[in-house]
Amino acid sequence: MAAFFVRRLFGAVLVCIAVTFIVFVIFIIAPGGGKRGTAERIAGKNASPQLVIRVEHQWGFDRPFYVQYWKLMQRMFTNKLVSYTSQVPVLSQIWQDMPATFSLTIGAGIIWLTFGILVGVMSAVTAGRLSDRLITVLALIGISMPVFWLGIVCRYYLAENASVFPDGEYVSLSGNPLQWFYHLILPWLVLAVLFIGFYGRVLRGNILDTINEDYVRTAKAKGLSWRRILRRHVLRTSLIPIVTLFGLDFASVLGGGAILTESVFDLHGVGQYAKDSINNFDLPPIMGVTMYGAFFIVFFSVLVDLFYAYLDPRIRPT
Amino acid sequence: MADRLLEVKDLSVSFATEDGVVRAVDGVSFELDRGKVIGIVGESGSGKSVTAMTIMGLTRDVNARFGGEVVYQGRNLLEISDTEMQNFRGNEIGMIFQDPMTSLNPVYRIGEQIVEAIQAHERVDKRNAHRRAVELLRQVGIPNPESRVDDFPHQFSGGMRQRAMIAMALSCNPSILIADEPTTALDVTIQAQIIELIAQLKDDFNSAVIMITHDLGVVADIADEILVMYAGRVVERGATRDLFYDPQMPYTWGLLGSIPRLDRPRPERLHTITGSPPSLITLPPGCKFRPRCPHAFEKCSEEPALENRVETPGHLDRCWLDVGYKRAHREESISGGTSEAA
Amino acid sequence: MTQQAETEFTLDTAAQLAAAEGGGQAIRGRSPWYLAWRRLRRNYFAFASLALFFLIVAACMAAPLYAHHVAHTGPYDQHILDTLTVHGKKVQVVSQGGVINGKLVASIPIGPQWFNAGGRFVLGADNLGRDIAVRLLYGGRNSLFVGIVSSAICVFFAVVLALLAGYFGGWIDFVITRFFDLFYAFPVLLLGIALGSALAINGFHHGPIDIQSGSLWIPLLVISYVLIPYVGRPLRGQVLSLREKEFIEASTSQGASALRIMFSELLPNVASSILVFFTLIIANNIVFEAGLSFLGAGVQDPTPSWGKLISEGQQLIVTRPMLALAPGIAIVLTVLSLNIFGDGLRDALDPRAKVRVEH
Repeated sequence: MAAFFVRRLFGAVLVCIAVTFIVFVIFIIAPGGGKRGTAERIAGKNASPQLVIRVEHQWGFDRPFYVQYWKLMQRMFTNKLVSYTSQVPVLSQIWQDMPATFSLTIGAGIIWLTFGILVGVMSAVTAGRLSDRLITVLALIGISMPVFWLGIVCRYYLAENASVFPDGEYVSLSGNPLQWFYHLILPWLVLAVLFIGFYGRVLRGNILDTINEDYVRTAKAKGLSWRRILRRHVLRTSLIPIVTLFGLDFASVLGGGAILTESVFDLHGVGQYAKDSINNFDLPPIMGVTMYGAFFIVFFSVLVDLFYAYLDPRIRPT
Repeated sequence: MADRLLEVKDLSVSFATEDGVVRAVDGVSFELDRGKVIGIVGESGSGKSVTAMTIMGLTRDVNARFGGEVVYQGRNLLEISDTEMQNFRGNEIGMIFQDPMTSLNPVYRIGEQIVEAIQAHERVDKRNAHRRAVELLRQVGIPNPESRVDDFPHQFSGGMRQRAMIAMALSCNPSILIADEPTTALDVTIQAQIIELIAQLKDDFNSAVIMITHDLGVVADIADEILVMYAGRVVERGATRDLFYDPQMPYTWGLLGSIPRLDRPRPERLHTITGSPPSLITLPPGCKFRPRCPHAFEKCSEEPALENRVETPGHLDRCWLDVGYKRAHREESISGGTSEAA
Repeated sequence: MTQQAETEFTLDTAAQLAAAEGGGQAIRGRSPWYLAWRRLRRNYFAFASLALFFLIVAACMAAPLYAHHVAHTGPYDQHILDTLTVHGKKVQVVSQGGVINGKLVASIPIGPQWFNAGGRFVLGADNLGRDIAVRLLYGGRNSLFVGIVSSAICVFFAVVLALLAGYFGGWIDFVITRFFDLFYAFPVLLLGIALGSALAINGFHHGPIDIQSGSLWIPLLVISYVLIPYVGRPLRGQVLSLREKEFIEASTSQGASALRIMFSELLPNVASSILVFFTLIIANNIVFEAGLSFLGAGVQDPTPSWGKLISEGQQLIVTRPMLALAPGIAIVLTVLSLNIFGDGLRDALDPRAKVRVEH
């Protein structure tokens, strides 16, 4: 197992290196525009001509590609990557905004995993009957609503107009735990709705498939009670894909997928930072968030893979 | 110790499907005594598996209808509740299935699955159950059972998996073992071993066996009595010897002829029974085998009853043909080319 | 022997007799497509959803008709200084602002008129005086265009890559899988934003391909590209498991070329997955485009799209909630109908389907 872990880790590092190349290509090479055009893009929309020239030299756009790449990497990893529009170093800003993003994602994650499993089991166990159909329709509606729209609607009807919930903004956990919770309930629920619907349906499908498996038939032939069969044979196997899916989705949301919810509720997390940068056509922060988000996902997937190998012995290397 | 373990009387099973009512089993009867092996032989769709699964109660469904009786220890298994049935499954009647790879749960160790079977019916603590599991594995011929008991199913070979399945099915000392196509998914060389193992264990445990297969060759050695099923009905039934040496149904001749044999001259082509089994929703009137029978004549439009038409009293069949005619003409059907050569 | 002499019955005549008596048809083989169609036909819910989807598409396609005949205005025409006659009274299309709910509002456009103003401003106006209903329909055209075409492109490339990787294996598979893995590492939204925003500023000018920064093709191509791994990986898995089956070996031993095997043997067997994927990906892409445009990395000003309209309506949600509600409801209805149909399609094609779009 240890060798497996080391191998995956090594692979992850390679992928991260590739990620840096891709970020480089996407932001520097792909749009084209020559060395002046690229410098203009990086320097931001309020840049003076002197700034543009300075950027062109500092970032090496007048030098060969590998020099540009090297300079970019230097900036990325030493916190020298600065947004010229806001004058703030990107890494510092990300660090400052992380608690909000973490709070949002972890809370929503717990909610959607719990309720997703509940919904999935309930609809599978009552498959075909009215409750199942009802849950399916609700789940489909949940999947069909764009999360940012749901957020806007909820915020308007429940927070701005009606004051049932506070109107956005994030309160830090260490500052005021109750307010922290109160301000996050609505964003948690909005973010979770989409996933609850999706997970419920995936789990339902898994359970219904598993019930038809041969080993469930064997379990019945052994004389086990239906309850025990469900618990030990059906659920255990059905939940494995859910758990790994959760790992990936969680990492994905944390790595930047929460951007929509954060923006709608003004939580000032990493996602909102990225969004504001987009609106200002400010590239350096976007580059930073993209790259670090990807890194996080890559390493988190290694952990997920390990957990998956623990759950499903067929995957383990012998 | 009761000698007559199981009595199946006029069992019929139908399923309602979106295409119509499927009459999977129609009027099947047989008796099973301790120490005996009964073989049920037929093509896919003949109803043999459904019969076996119904004895175990595994076909219970909102869309299923049952007729007749399955009597075990004086109780009709078709009428007892599912909870009561759970007490019989594994405990009194054990079953093994065709594909041991998919029939074992891949995420649990072999030992765990056998222990689960034991603890479902007996008050045994984990350690003792584990010890029993090791012994069972030894009994079914798995080398190094102490270490193998902790392996996962994918670490076993096909033959060993089937042995492990047998061990699991016998773990609570059931009086009856039902084996549904136990060797179909295995190599030919392993098949013989598994059949022998089942026969041996039947003696060791003093139980009885119902062996389901499509291959007459598989039951030739081990069965005492054979039922041949077609389109949900028993079409011939008798002691193994009688069936092999004096088969009365043209369908049986077809089955016998399909077995490649070493002791006969090799035919140019393998013998086949032309045509396909009938749909179980719209069954033809009269003898169900008539559309495929090269010897059919006009009396066949009336369905024959399952009766004893030969000298030996226990040998029943469903065929109107004259016994003398059959004995004169069946050799070509069994060993000659295809039945098309008319 | 007497029976034999009386009537010369052969196999054929026996079968004829049985057939003539009405019962005993042999089991008729039916192709899996026919069976699937039959199952689908019975699913009224799925068909109703498909009908709804087509209705929405038709309505959006008819946008120019609506603009010309009903609303008498285009999606880009601003009517800030105009006045409207409603029930005989003259009303400003965009009135002065004030303080509403404690917030300072710069201007208040007119609300939904429904049919009181003769078809103009049925759903109201935005702060630039543009007719929302017209923009909704034109926006729908754009959103649907981006959604459907990007799905087609995405699925096409995903299928090609999956077939190549699954069939050839070896280093081709290695390269393609690394490519998939790499883009799995990026959160899909973030990657879309990164590409979208980077390209939105200057457009895409490389070699023969020259796309202006405001073009619909930028978000379209970004979305197609970003989602290829999400369709490609599951399909590759399917191709891999199919490849092990005997009918492929049989084909190869008959001398079939690689191309032939891929197209005549493998492709038809993954066709049902492709069909289901395609439907679900369209739904996914519509929402994705909406998200990108909402954030500013998708469709650019002044082109309307449903996501864009929601972001425009966000500031006015207090005074004129319809601006944000209408496009949202449009998205929900469209995506929901696609999801329901896609579900029904999946159930019909394989009642025990294991096809899933990984996120």
